[in-house]
Amino acid sequence: MMGAERAMNNRKWKTWAAAIVTAAVILVSAAGIDYSGLEYFSASMAGEVFKGLTRPDWGFFYDGSGEDLVSLLLLTVGIAFLGTAIATVLALPFTLISSSNLWRTCPWVAKIGKFILNVLRAFPELVYAIIFVRMVGPGPFAGVLAIGVHQIGMLGKLYTEEMEAMDEGPVEAMTAVGAGFWQNMFFARVPQLMPIYSSLSLNHFEIAVRSASTLGLVGAGGIGAPLIFAIQARKWDRVSIILIGVVIAVFAIDTLAGVIRKKLR
Amino acid sequence: MRLKDTVHFNWYKHLFIAVIIAICLVASAGVTGADFTEVFGNAEQMSIFMARFLQPDFAYIPNIIGPMISTLQMSVVGTAIGVAFAVPVAFLATTTVTGNQVLTTVVRFFLDIVRTIPNLLLAALMVAIMGIGELTGVLTIAVFTFGMVSQLIYEAIETVDEGPIEAAESVGANKVQIAFWSVAPQIMSQVAGYTLYALEVNVRASTVLGYVGAGGIGVILNSSLALLQYSRVSVIILMILVVVAIVDGVSEAARRRLS
Amino acid sequence: MITFEHVSKIYSNGVRGLQDVNLTIGNGEFVSIIGLSGAGKSTFLRSINRLNDITEGEVCVNGRSVTKAGKKELRAIRRRIGMISQNFNLVKRSTVQKNVLSGRLGYYSTWKSILGIFSKEDYELANDALERVGLLDKLHSRSDELSGGQQQRVSIARTLVQQADIILADEPVASLDPITTQKIMQDLKQINQTMGKTVIVNIHSVQLAKQFSSRIIGFKSGCVVFDGTPEKLGGKELTEIYGRNILEEKEGAQDEA
Repeated sequence: MMGAERAMNNRKWKTWAAAIVTAAVILVSAAGIDYSGLEYFSASMAGEVFKGLTRPDWGFFYDGSGEDLVSLLLLTVGIAFLGTAIATVLALPFTLISSSNLWRTCPWVAKIGKFILNVLRAFPELVYAIIFVRMVGPGPFAGVLAIGVHQIGMLGKLYTEEMEAMDEGPVEAMTAVGAGFWQNMFFARVPQLMPIYSSLSLNHFEIAVRSASTLGLVGAGGIGAPLIFAIQARKWDRVSIILIGVVIAVFAIDTLAGVIRKKLR
Repeated sequence: MRLKDTVHFNWYKHLFIAVIIAICLVASAGVTGADFTEVFGNAEQMSIFMARFLQPDFAYIPNIIGPMISTLQMSVVGTAIGVAFAVPVAFLATTTVTGNQVLTTVVRFFLDIVRTIPNLLLAALMVAIMGIGELTGVLTIAVFTFGMVSQLIYEAIETVDEGPIEAAESVGANKVQIAFWSVAPQIMSQVAGYTLYALEVNVRASTVLGYVGAGGIGVILNSSLALLQYSRVSVIILMILVVVAIVDGVSEAARRRLS
Repeated sequence: MITFEHVSKIYSNGVRGLQDVNLTIGNGEFVSIIGLSGAGKSTFLRSINRLNDITEGEVCVNGRSVTKAGKKELRAIRRRIGMISQNFNLVKRSTVQKNVLSGRLGYYSTWKSILGIFSKEDYELANDALERVGLLDKLHSRSDELSGGQQQRVSIARTLVQQADIILADEPVASLDPITTQKIMQDLKQINQTMGKTVIVNIHSVQLAKQFSSRIIGFKSGCVVFDGTPEKLGGKELTEIYGRNILEEKEGAQDEA
């Protein structure tokens, strides 16, 4: 009984200690932040912003020039789709290299594969976008490449985790009937992994749509560029219509992808 | 032997999916003007970049420690504010406590919209309204955290054990009391876990927020990239990697303690 | 014919799976392997088709050395040995037909099988096998829609299309109810008697072993401690294998063993 009570007290003490440490970290951080930006803030300006935001510029919605909201949103979705498609295809060979259950006899290969994936994932998408804008010139294609390369790392990691967690029973059964490595891959592994891989790719397509709408900030195409121009020019009615467009597009794609994902199960 | 007797009996289904994907691919390649030969045509640009990138300028480290710390501070404060707002709103987003279906629908719709705004766009907008500075970054992170965590919390609330709620109702507790005494203790450790997870995500995200002027290490990353100082860029990215790895490690250890 | 000559297996963590096992299993036998968990039953079975490598000695199947076989030869040996297991090991998301046909993989080149090009004869083989286990109507069903007993029969059908001479069954009934258990064991017995295939079963239930097999082999800590007909397996031998006489104890004690 005494022991249980002591354990109880001990736990309480630990909870309090954790709470105090957390509070201290937050307070110290809050104290360290530079609040000088506040000086530039004025209520009248904020009011002007909100007034503009409530009056979306519907003229920008569609004018057939290719520089309107609908065309740019389509372009953004296109960037995301192509980027994710490239990443899906290229992540597969990386998965084969970095799954430790495929390299029982030489585990170091899988370690190398995982390291490459970690490095690919480490760079923020924005940095890839900046690099690719230099390489292929400003435009949507740079955005495609940025999303593609970044998502190889993301998808490769998730694919590898699924591959390593999969049920090895059917694989063993295939080995027992005399199937080779690739027969095993296509008869035992692929059918089991296909739905979850598709689901992961769809999920990353959703993420890619969000990214693609920001990559325009660095000249990698899509809706981001006109948005940043509108913000800089303080054309709030234009900002408003673009934000509405992005929100609706992302919302629609999330919903659609959600429906497809449910079907995959 | 007819096709429908073989393993390809539902070939038309597969063909249908393949055709749809192919159409999407061709269409998106068309609108984005994808031309993969450009990648190889400009490979020399890449090699210049890589050459400089692989020679990190370690002498630059002292200059980036300050911004790195402020990035961390922004993440911590932004996460704390975001979670503080997310908890009460999450209660409104379920019928568990309120029993009000209309309120739940409205709140969830609002949260869905908050979540759809990409955080860099949010930062750009915030910068326009609030001006350049770290506070803007904090608010962006707070809004982003709010959207992400409130969904996780309301999903947790939906799965709590109903027993304590019924017990409290039977002794005549009001809704706030139920939320505090019956539901909150059950979701406490999950909320703490989600908060740490959000902090991890935010540290990653906050490193690029500076790009639009929202403070932190992103400001230096942006200027180094603009000035083509790739040896500095590589030091900054290395620094971000190390910090992200440390934060991930600490937070993962803390989360394991929680469960 | 399967022969084990001085076969030992020591796992990398130092656990002894098999210790100097010497025995011969003739064609058409129905052999049950009994023993406690960890006595080496699974290791024994899995070294016949080399899902486990052995550390010492030699295993031969029909006069060909499994131990020394190269990649290609091992494949050829394996396609003549069927295997079913406790978890059925079906590809759950694939159809019954595809699961059964996969038993023929050892006979196809990589490209042909990846494209799913199987010969007409093999489709008929699959149909025959499914008819034999009474599941022909489930041809295009997804395997995870079937009950446990049905799934086990699909995996038996898979070994039938292999046209294997030997069927290895690793705890085939461990996750099935008593009635389904009887049916599956009867299916195996029937295959053994009408088709003349050698059947080797790892089994926890001594009663089932006595009921169905023509020969029982008892393992204890990797050694063969009993090898003979079911009639010879009495209280003394069971005490040797299990450390106590389980047949004389109360009902239900068997599950523990």
